[in-house]
Amino acid sequence: MISYVFRRVLTALPLLLGVATIVFLVLSLAPGDPSAIYFGPGMSPETLERIRRDLGLDDPLLVRYFRWLFSFIRGDFGYSFASNMPVSRRILAALPNTFALASVSLLLAFGAGILMGVVQAVRQYSLLDSALSTVSLFFYSMPSFWLAIMLILVFSVSASQWGWPVVFPVSGVVGTNHDLLGPLEQLQDRVRHLVLPVLSLTLVLAAGVARYVRTSMLEVIRQDYIRTARAKGLSEFRVIFKHGLRNGLIPVVTLLGLSLPSLLSGTVFIEYVFSWPGVGKLLVDSILQRDYPVVLAGTFLFGGMVVAGNLLADLLYGVVDPRIRHGVRNG
Amino acid sequence: MGSEMASKLGLLVPGLLQLLDRRWLEGGTALTLWAALLTLATTRFPRILQSLSGGLDGWIALLTLLLVLGGLWSWSVRDGMKSGRGDRIPPGGGGHLWSTFRRNRLAVLGLWTVGALYLIALLTPLLAPFDPAYQPAFQAGETALIMAPPSWGHILGTDQLSRDILSRILYGSRISLSVGLLAVSISVTMGALLGAVAGYLGGWIDGAMMRVVDMVMAFPRLVLLIALVAFFDSSIFLIIGALALTQWPVTTRVVRGEVLSLREREFTEAARALGFSSSRIIFRHLLPNAMAPVIVTATLGIGNTIILEAGLSFLGLGVRPPTPSWGIMVATGRSYLSHAWWIATFPGLAIVLAVLAFNLLGDGLRDALDPRQSREVRG
Repeated sequence: MISYVFRRVLTALPLLLGVATIVFLVLSLAPGDPSAIYFGPGMSPETLERIRRDLGLDDPLLVRYFRWLFSFIRGDFGYSFASNMPVSRRILAALPNTFALASVSLLLAFGAGILMGVVQAVRQYSLLDSALSTVSLFFYSMPSFWLAIMLILVFSVSASQWGWPVVFPVSGVVGTNHDLLGPLEQLQDRVRHLVLPVLSLTLVLAAGVARYVRTSMLEVIRQDYIRTARAKGLSEFRVIFKHGLRNGLIPVVTLLGLSLPSLLSGTVFIEYVFSWPGVGKLLVDSILQRDYPVVLAGTFLFGGMVVAGNLLADLLYGVVDPRIRHGVRNG
Repeated sequence: MGSEMASKLGLLVPGLLQLLDRRWLEGGTALTLWAALLTLATTRFPRILQSLSGGLDGWIALLTLLLVLGGLWSWSVRDGMKSGRGDRIPPGGGGHLWSTFRRNRLAVLGLWTVGALYLIALLTPLLAPFDPAYQPAFQAGETALIMAPPSWGHILGTDQLSRDILSRILYGSRISLSVGLLAVSISVTMGALLGAVAGYLGGWIDGAMMRVVDMVMAFPRLVLLIALVAFFDSSIFLIIGALALTQWPVTTRVVRGEVLSLREREFTEAARALGFSSSRIIFRHLLPNAMAPVIVTATLGIGNTIILEAGLSFLGLGVRPPTPSWGIMVATGRSYLSHAWWIATFPGLAIVLAVLAFNLLGDGLRDALDPRQSREVRG
């Protein structure tokens, strides 16, 4: 097991390097100059040259690349152009918000999605199956930003216009009066702000998971050992949840890794719509302000999270499926 | 005598022969489509003449109109003659494939919807009730039309500049549908070629290419897209290119997997024994046999790409604002949610409809093309 973990981690490292290189290349090849934001009227060409030299923009691409890479490895992400704060501090401030949003959504989406998929597979071709299939396909085909806006329309705009008892807030992590509330009310305030963003992310994600789990469970249910389990006289519940689910969930572990990119893409939109101060919103804002250091670090962070997620999924896969750990592969 | 009259009339009116044959669905569809197009052609005659001077759009619309009318008529006559002689054969070359596909009603619905969407997109200059940029409140003083709710005059309402939302959705469909189709075509061609080469050659070339694939796939696609579109000067070609550039690894993986197993099969060995070149084996023997999963991923990919394009426009990174685009319309509507729900709602529904159609079609194709799945369908 240890050698398996070691092998997998070793293959992830060049991947991370590649991600960093692609990010760097895209930004360096782009037209326009990062020093442009320091332009002032009446600035002499000599001053401009000095700024460019101070920022290190004069050096050849390869030199800049290695300098950037080494400072990255040391954990020095430079200073944000827009706010003159260290990039790492801005990202660290945003990270917990993204983490809260993404982890709650991921948990709910996989919980709901797995449950839906299993129910559908067990009752294949029933009315419930087609109803759930239709619903999940509908949400699967929906842009998350539009779903978020529709949720705002119903649960916030209309809710306040029609005088519903609960009106959900549409922006930020906490309300403006957060500091004045008691501890329990503060928690309530946070949860209320979390509801709509989490719901928008969860619905779209759960739809994909349900589609996947249904197919995977259908394959498992057809296998001989399920028939054996039934023939042994086990209760249907035990057959499905103990014997079936254990194997049906193996591909879902991979899905967990694979859905990280779409989850992170989703958080970009959702954070943007709900003014949620997370990494996604930071990234969009920085791109619009041409704040290169933040964009570089943020993109690398997202790429790194995906690589780490896939690595984790691979390792988990090794835990749940011993054949992989021991290098037994068919084909 | 009466039936002879009817069959003569049937030669003139598409769908009648099929209706006489009691094939209600096919006959009804043909007849409705024919009638709708003919009505369009006659009632919008001045518009057609006018749009011809407006450049390529008008000509494309007119050509589409004539082609569809002609195609409808010749299909109806040929089909009707055949059924009259009682030797109807199932349509299409891949009989098994088509019959599996046709049994999946939702997939057929998806196919028809996709077809209808592209037809509508091509006919937009004739169909749209208004010019998408026409602002009656500012150009004709009709101030009541600012954010007017849906009514008979403006079925889907008007936006904050009093422009007709239905017309803008129709014109916006051209961006979404063409970007989706073009980006996926490019990425599928690229991905299939690279995948076939990697799978066929194997060895270190395969290893290196697959690491690149892993790298591109490790990216959250949206972030790479945003970076590409935001830092280079945004244009529709850049958007198509960027979407294609971030999509190809999916196809590459699928094709490589297929080719890996295909190259061990006897027919490849036979081709090699006959001394065929690698490129001939790849293009003539391996790629055609690996097409089934490619078509499925491509169809599902178009839906995904439409969502992404709309997302880029929504963030203000897509096509430039005067051009109507579904994503931009949703973004605009977001600011007016409390006064005019229809501005954001309807363009979003259009996105859902288009993506849903492609997903239904893709699911149906997968069921029909993948033997493992089709066994499942039959139970």
